[in-house]
Amino acid sequence: MQDLGRPHAIAAGVQPGGAMDRFAHRAANLVVGNPEGDATLECTLTGPQLVAEHSCLVAITGADLDARVNGHAAPFWTGIFLGQGDRLSFGGRRSGGRAYIAIAGGIEADRWLGSASTNLLAARGGMHGRNLKAGDQISAAREATRPAVSGRHLIERMRPQYLDHTLFAIAGPHVRRLDAQGRGLLFGATFKVSREADRMGYRLDGPRLATSGEELLSFGLTAGAVQVPHGGQPILLMADHQTAGGYPVVATVVSASMPVAGQLIPGDELHFQEVTLERARQMRLTLAAALETLR
Amino acid sequence: MPPPPSTRPAPRVRIHPLGDTALLAELGTRLDTALNTRAIALAAALKKRRDVRQAVAGYTGVTVHFDPDQTTPDGLGAAIKRLAAKRPPMAEPGRLHRIPVVYEGPDLEEVAARLRLSPARIVELHSRPIYRVFLVGFVPGWAYLGPLPEELELPRRHVPRTQVPAGSVAIAARQTGIYPLPTPGGWHLIGRTSVKLFLPDSDPPCLFRAGDRVKFFAAKS
Repeated sequence: MQDLGRPHAIAAGVQPGGAMDRFAHRAANLVVGNPEGDATLECTLTGPQLVAEHSCLVAITGADLDARVNGHAAPFWTGIFLGQGDRLSFGGRRSGGRAYIAIAGGIEADRWLGSASTNLLAARGGMHGRNLKAGDQISAAREATRPAVSGRHLIERMRPQYLDHTLFAIAGPHVRRLDAQGRGLLFGATFKVSREADRMGYRLDGPRLATSGEELLSFGLTAGAVQVPHGGQPILLMADHQTAGGYPVVATVVSASMPVAGQLIPGDELHFQEVTLERARQMRLTLAAALETLR
Repeated sequence: MPPPPSTRPAPRVRIHPLGDTALLAELGTRLDTALNTRAIALAAALKKRRDVRQAVAGYTGVTVHFDPDQTTPDGLGAAIKRLAAKRPPMAEPGRLHRIPVVYEGPDLEEVAARLRLSPARIVELHSRPIYRVFLVGFVPGWAYLGPLPEELELPRRHVPRTQVPAGSVAIAARQTGIYPLPTPGGWHLIGRTSVKLFLPDSDPPCLFRAGDRVKFFAAKS
């Protein structure tokens, strides 16, 4: 279970958490008439099998895990009405890494430090601070505030281009610690998400980036930061990133590219493309406008 | 006559974007208590702004997460430079924590051998200063404490441990700290404490805050 995380807790060293793909998370909520910050189910690589004990309105967004209702292909990014006894299941991953399931009325979850997001390290939030398991009962947090309307959907051209693994990024505070060749590799070479990839971050295989200079004193970090530890293997920080560190940050992926980053899985190739703040702003507004069509 | 410390010239601030929704405001790059005090004061002032979502003080700077619909990195950067130029409020001495430590860590003997000191001398040196909490972060409840006496300075372990027990008291470079949770770690473990640093049911969920002071004392096992 994830929502938009607990940004205020980072001053205490608590990972911000929240959905890895916030666009898909927000869209799932908006399609079923929820506020965008309600908890959703984040399904990584595989989806659950859910049986509706009561009729409800749900939406599935993000990765294509072959969602099915009673065995029939279910529409995507669309409000779906489930009657009592209907079975929502997933055939298998076809593209992307994480699907999001929203239920009208929001998902009932433990809250911790202002968020329902599951924090496994602290064992707090979500379903008692743990991953879901077979037999768990998931309830709506409240009566749906708007009449249940199935069929509301996000039109295809407004969905993120998940198959294009270009991550737009802005040069980081320590980019000068790379030499000209290193900077060329950072914004030119192809990297691959390694097996060491989880909600904290992705270690990237590919060319090593040599950094120079003395050790840095630790400072606060952000999701999207590309850190280069000793050894030169970059790490892209994701939603459950450590809140502070002292490795050089050579780039930061812009907010509009984080939904694509959140869909990557080990083995996926990606590359970083440098953008201006103005271009990043336009990309952010394009995504915001897409969500606005669902309000 | 040299000016008193409170009228020291304001540090030059360097603003670096961290993507399009955060920035790093660097007041300096050296380990310096006065700079850290300024960073903590700057973070506190920034948190009051409507366009700032969160401001986290580091050793010598502040990481600021902002609302990109309300401000731009340039606009916020200019405001940060104005705030940093102001004399910081008189630094109140942070709360003082006295932490009992059983100095029987698995690395104590090795640390002593590498530093050519006796284990008893390590304990004496480590428990003598009043350390400052420079930064809270990394994992929940972790605090970077320092400066560690020069005589105890050692680089991190070459191969980090995959699991360090919670409560381990550790040193590395000019820093010391306590592992709040069982996590991987590359610091040298010289002792342990029963004091809980991560308090999940309190808000904030940690014992130490930036600017607090910490004194260790040797306790029996």
